[in-house]
Amino acid sequence: MVDAQAIHKNFGANEVLKGIDFQVVPGQVVCLLGPSGSGKSTFLRCINHLEKINAGRLYVDGELVGYLENGGKLYELSEKVVARKRTEIGMVFQHFNLFPHMTALGNIVEAPCRVKGEPKEEVHARAHDLLAKVGLADKAKAYPRQLSGGQQQRVAIARALAMRPKLMLFDEPTSALDPELVGDVLAVMRDLAKSGMTMIVVTHEIGFAREVADTVVFMDGGVVVESGPPSEVISNPQHQRTKTFLSQVL
Amino acid sequence: MTSDVELTKGRPENIRAVPVRHPWRWVAVAVIAVFVAMFIHMLVSNPNLNWPIVRQYLFSHIILRGVWMTIKLTILSMAIGIVLGTIAAVMRLSPNPVVSTVAWLYVWFFRGTPLLVQIIFWFVFSTFIRELSIGVPFGPHFWSKDTNSLITIFVSALLALSLNEGAYMSEIVRAGILSVDEGQTEAAQALGMTRLQVMRRVVLPQAMRVIVPPTGNEVNSMLKNTSLISTIGLAELLRSAQIIYNANYKTIPLLIVAIFWYLLMTSALQVGQFYIERYYGRGSTRTVALTPLQRIRLLVLRGSHVQ
Repeated sequence: MVDAQAIHKNFGANEVLKGIDFQVVPGQVVCLLGPSGSGKSTFLRCINHLEKINAGRLYVDGELVGYLENGGKLYELSEKVVARKRTEIGMVFQHFNLFPHMTALGNIVEAPCRVKGEPKEEVHARAHDLLAKVGLADKAKAYPRQLSGGQQQRVAIARALAMRPKLMLFDEPTSALDPELVGDVLAVMRDLAKSGMTMIVVTHEIGFAREVADTVVFMDGGVVVESGPPSEVISNPQHQRTKTFLSQVL
Repeated sequence: MTSDVELTKGRPENIRAVPVRHPWRWVAVAVIAVFVAMFIHMLVSNPNLNWPIVRQYLFSHIILRGVWMTIKLTILSMAIGIVLGTIAAVMRLSPNPVVSTVAWLYVWFFRGTPLLVQIIFWFVFSTFIRELSIGVPFGPHFWSKDTNSLITIFVSALLALSLNEGAYMSEIVRAGILSVDEGQTEAAQALGMTRLQVMRRVVLPQAMRVIVPPTGNEVNSMLKNTSLISTIGLAELLRSAQIIYNANYKTIPLLIVAIFWYLLMTSALQVGQFYIERYYGRGSTRTVALTPLQRIRLLVLRGSHVQ
């Protein structure tokens, strides 16, 4: 599903990704752990081309992200093609980023109707199903401001799912939430993982990673320090940096 | 436990305190009342104001036609100005340096020169460009027309007002666009929207909350700036009043007629702006501002003051 080969990314002179190799197979749940500034979020944003990589190759579903390779030369893809490819990748943000001028329902139906041009009735029915699935069946007409952080984040997940993505990216989905609201969001994500969705989750919730992830990737300083099943990386870390980090957050 | 105890005690009676006295406020009120009375007395008794003449011309045909022309100029110039301003603002924010520089130059020129000069400029436009044509650049024309017949007084007034307005509106729209959180653009892009869709569906509707109040100001200014058009002889409200007082020398009463209509129109605008702001404020606050009618209804129903 995702195949990253030696990804490098720099902002000006500051190199934040220093050669990331990374594979995700369909149905897999991968949790990215690591201290802030380690490049987890940047890497996640590269996957749907919100950030351009500077070196390496990044494939999603067998296709190069953002470019077309032909005869050893890279051609930038047009904005339209990049946008179309993004419709297959759902993304959930730390600060939800719901559209405040639309209701919860409006947020969910916007992209399937406007971007994919799907029939309105069908999308609305699906949106109501999704709202029920995230436990907010009665909040369809509420504006984001009238919802709690946890409710907003669940709407944001429903919004991403409404596009029927093949892959879901979560960028610290619970970091901006009050502690008592984290559980509801994690429960929704846990159900989603069980349903077989391919997920890449940047998180600080070690408990969630241990329970739900198939693979845990620990990043620090722009490189992958170690990766493997949670039973190894979290319960029995090999590297000193991983041990230090885990001892600080656990 | 504690709540049970409090419940058995019952609620203490409402506080009814004697309010602080403000004697100086009453003195101020008295002084203002005297001035207002003097002013009204002057208005009524001064023969130069000539109220019968005011009444005679208030709804006269020529004045009403002037009012209509003022409204027409305001609406059309604002509409064109808003479209131009939005285009210029989006161009200003374009990553292409040529496109953004063109927008910058446009704003620089039209904000940097007085509106009155621009009005006169468009009025005399035909004296230095005599013919307008469409065709191959530097080559043959398919269509051409005499500038004088194309740019009438009305068109030159419209050009001057709307091009000038576009420059001001572009700064207002740009500020609005920049006020929208970048996360909104990212979320919309992540959903597969193109840049145009992001602008139209996500960014601009949110920018409106910032754009509407200063735009209301602009409409108000525009309505009054149309009076500058009187200098090139187009019969808007002020020019219509001038036409009459140039003939009968009743300058003051006719200026009062014009003031009456200007105030009436700007007041109507204020009401309209309230409702537009209320519409674009939805979702940005937890509660929507009440309309005056709703306030009155609540006041009557509850019999109490509504904040």
